[in-house]
Amino acid sequence: MTMLGDRQQLAYIASQAADARVNVELETEGMTLNIGPQHPATHGTLRIIARLDGEQVVWAEPSAGYMHRGYEKLTEVRTFPQVTALVNRIDWLGSFANEVPFILAAEKLMGVEAPSRAQHIRTILFELSRIANVSLFLGDLGVQLGAITPVFFAFRDREYVLNLIEGATGGRFHPNFDRIGGLKDDLPAGFIDETRIVMKKLRTFCDQIEDLLFGNEIFQSRTRGIGVIPKDVALSYGLSGANLRASGVDWDLRRDQDIPMAWNKTDFKVITHPDGDSFARCWVRLQEVRESTKIVDQLLDTIPAGPVMAKVPKIIKVPEGEAWVSTENPLGEMGYYVVSQGDQGPFRVKIRSASFNNISIVPWLLKGVYVPDIITILASLYFILGDIDR
Amino acid sequence: MGLVDRGRLPKPLTSLFNMGRSYSLWVYQWGLACCAIEMGAAFGSPRYDVMRLGVIPLPASPRQADLVVISGTVTDKMAPAIKRLYEQMPEPKYVISMGSCANCGGPYWDSYSVTKGVDQIIPVDVYVPGCPPRPEALLEGIVLLQQRIKNEDMGARWRGEGTKSMNIVDGESAEKGGVPVVVHN
Repeated sequence: MTMLGDRQQLAYIASQAADARVNVELETEGMTLNIGPQHPATHGTLRIIARLDGEQVVWAEPSAGYMHRGYEKLTEVRTFPQVTALVNRIDWLGSFANEVPFILAAEKLMGVEAPSRAQHIRTILFELSRIANVSLFLGDLGVQLGAITPVFFAFRDREYVLNLIEGATGGRFHPNFDRIGGLKDDLPAGFIDETRIVMKKLRTFCDQIEDLLFGNEIFQSRTRGIGVIPKDVALSYGLSGANLRASGVDWDLRRDQDIPMAWNKTDFKVITHPDGDSFARCWVRLQEVRESTKIVDQLLDTIPAGPVMAKVPKIIKVPEGEAWVSTENPLGEMGYYVVSQGDQGPFRVKIRSASFNNISIVPWLLKGVYVPDIITILASLYFILGDIDR
Repeated sequence: MGLVDRGRLPKPLTSLFNMGRSYSLWVYQWGLACCAIEMGAAFGSPRYDVMRLGVIPLPASPRQADLVVISGTVTDKMAPAIKRLYEQMPEPKYVISMGSCANCGGPYWDSYSVTKGVDQIIPVDVYVPGCPPRPEALLEGIVLLQQRIKNEDMGARWRGEGTKSMNIVDGESAEKGGVPVVVHN
């Protein structure tokens, strides 16, 4: 463990020393650079105000709120089944994963548990949405760094996964398939065989991306040692998901938490990387897609028979109480704190989304980097604007 | 081009110009929310491939663009930026509003921070409904817009009389000059 820590520290010290050298050698005039709110490199409408000294960032501040749609307020005037249609759209790349923690929180309050077949299908769809989400990241990563080819591969193979989700749920993008007490429907005929074929394709896609991108010298020199987040800093800023695991923290809610999902019935590795730089974050995500395909394969083998819906009343009234459930979403920890007062709709919902905490480190991380590295760091942190602003 | 300046252009020449304009649309991608990914799938993926329609989705700035696709939720904080970038586009310019949020507010119809429709800020030529619309729906919106451009009386535009139809192409929706078109899914 000490060796890993030293490695991080050395990379960090080296980058700081390089910055200091430049400061001594060149005296440059300051300027303010405004990136966004509409910029292809910011994944949407994030605005970053950076004060530059020459090519170097002295101070940077993300300005969120351009995509604020008021979810927490809107959930107060919707009924419980209606809320899933809204929260689908928070992290729009992995929509199904957003519904699950909310439904689990509502089920916890009602004292209902979904049948084990429903739990299995939920987990399969959850992992499929993770694959759909992260595979787009892998393609987009190339575009941010100036390589346009990977995005075509990503969009090609992402379509297969979207077709699976559409076949099972009817929604290509926003399934809205989860119900309190189970699922809307059972899986369609042929889903299991089709999924097996697609998972094989996705593993080939991972190999291709690894060859095309991760083995590329330019890619490595642009990402290795850039944006190093040490372990303690990552923990103190509340990072989660792959960003935290890339800093060497062995943390995964799928394994560590006991919630009524089927992850504990599968065998998977939690991928970590000791470096904490941009390359580590990208690499961890790539390996996670591979692990997800393996999880899906295992779940397809062990899917039990039975109903997909528990017995719940037609008009759902959730008893008084408060519940917090969080899951390991594609972007990190996502949780809902649901307060109910015995009505048809929630009294208050607090949404903890991963990206908001993940970009809170941006002012610290961008201090002292060069302008092209801003894009690398933002790309590797991987946020989705709906997930930041909600 | 003296004839063009005076707003009088022979019909055959107009239709030639219009054909050229409709098959070299430079699209500025205004990706705001979920629809941006479907727009990316339409523009960037090998399955949908918008370039076969003569649309070039890679202008570096709105100053090079003929068409802007507003895809996603327009919030009140974002609205001034949209207006400003729209005003930077050179004439003749067209707008496609993609998705329910940009059309009318969509699922956020009662939200305090969402603009209920981008048409409150800038004029819209084609509405593409859906939440989000499939990439095919966006492609159809682009085809409808191309029909409209082929039919447009450029003289009227230069004389300052707004968009007028010339009824060159027999398209059901293209006949209505100046009236927004809605893609029927």
